[in-house]
Amino acid sequence: MLFLQFTILSFVVVTATAVVLTRDPAKQAIGISFYGLVMALMFFIFQAPDVALSQIVIGAVALPLMILLALTKIRHHEEEQRTRHKNEKEAA
Amino acid sequence: MKRRGRLIFFLLSAAAFAGVYLWGLRGLPAVGHYRGPYGDVLNRVATYERHVTDIVTAVNFDYRGFDTLGEEFILFMSVIGGSVLLRRQREEEKGEHRDDNLADESPERQAPQPSDAVRVLTLGLVGPLVVFGLYIVAHGQLTPGGGFQGGVILATAPLLVYLAGDLKKFKQITSHTLVEVGEAVGAGGYLGIGLAGLIMGGAYLRNVAALGQTGNINSGGTIALINLATGLEVAAGFVLLLYAFLEQTLEIRLRGEK
Repeated sequence: MLFLQFTILSFVVVTATAVVLTRDPAKQAIGISFYGLVMALMFFIFQAPDVALSQIVIGAVALPLMILLALTKIRHHEEEQRTRHKNEKEAA
Repeated sequence: MKRRGRLIFFLLSAAAFAGVYLWGLRGLPAVGHYRGPYGDVLNRVATYERHVTDIVTAVNFDYRGFDTLGEEFILFMSVIGGSVLLRRQREEEKGEHRDDNLADESPERQAPQPSDAVRVLTLGLVGPLVVFGLYIVAHGQLTPGGGFQGGVILATAPLLVYLAGDLKKFKQITSHTLVEVGEAVGAGGYLGIGLAGLIMGGAYLRNVAALGQTGNINSGGTIALINLATGLEVAAGFVLLLYAFLEQTLEIRLRGEK
């Protein structure tokens, strides 16, 4: 049991560091999904199945999804502003 | 600040943090040695007092039910906040300079159709997923899980429909008025069940319903009822958020399909 706990905790450390060191937000969203999965396993191994169940859906699916969706929204917005600038320049 | 100055500043604060952190770690109890009395007391009395077998759910929806009410309304408010923020943007888009963007049918705007394997797998998973979500919600007081966990699982079912590329169905499910009603009924249900305790002459959120037999699906009194209300609220809330985020993309893609 102790070995399992030690292994999963080192996985948490590795994945968390990897998420922080990733610079591209889109890639970071994938990384945080993996980190969420490892966290869920960690909760399960430390005998908190209730928390693990929430973590597996929120951390591994919902949070990365929201980040990705927000990123798409921002990109849409930027594109739109660029085209508007261009149109204004052409009009002037 | 120069790079060198920043590095010195970082090293100083890192050293200070490490010192305080290690000092704090020394005061922690050993792994598996729980000190507080509440957990042990509840583990002993909760099954007898509330006829439930998952103590965590009993704590969440009964012993500290008022805290959970606050948590639930955090989610409720963030769903409302998200929808309101994105709605403002939506109205802006109806202005003149947005239409050419929506009508953009260039190939890179269109997502590729998912392969048959993906469609079969995702659509086939929708049914089991809904059943599993309902199971987790309904058995919250018996096994690990409950309204929050099951609700989120239920909310991922329409997402699978989206992944399968069935955009029209996804829109029909997520933009349905029932979702908004479900969100409101779920959040209000929790409040209302709490009020029942007051009406029966006790404290707010007192467990006033019949406790039933331990191990049955209808055991736990108000715990089971609040569980169901929370499940409804969480599932509907996440579906609403999904729709708020995906609505614009959906419009573009549905136009592309025509």
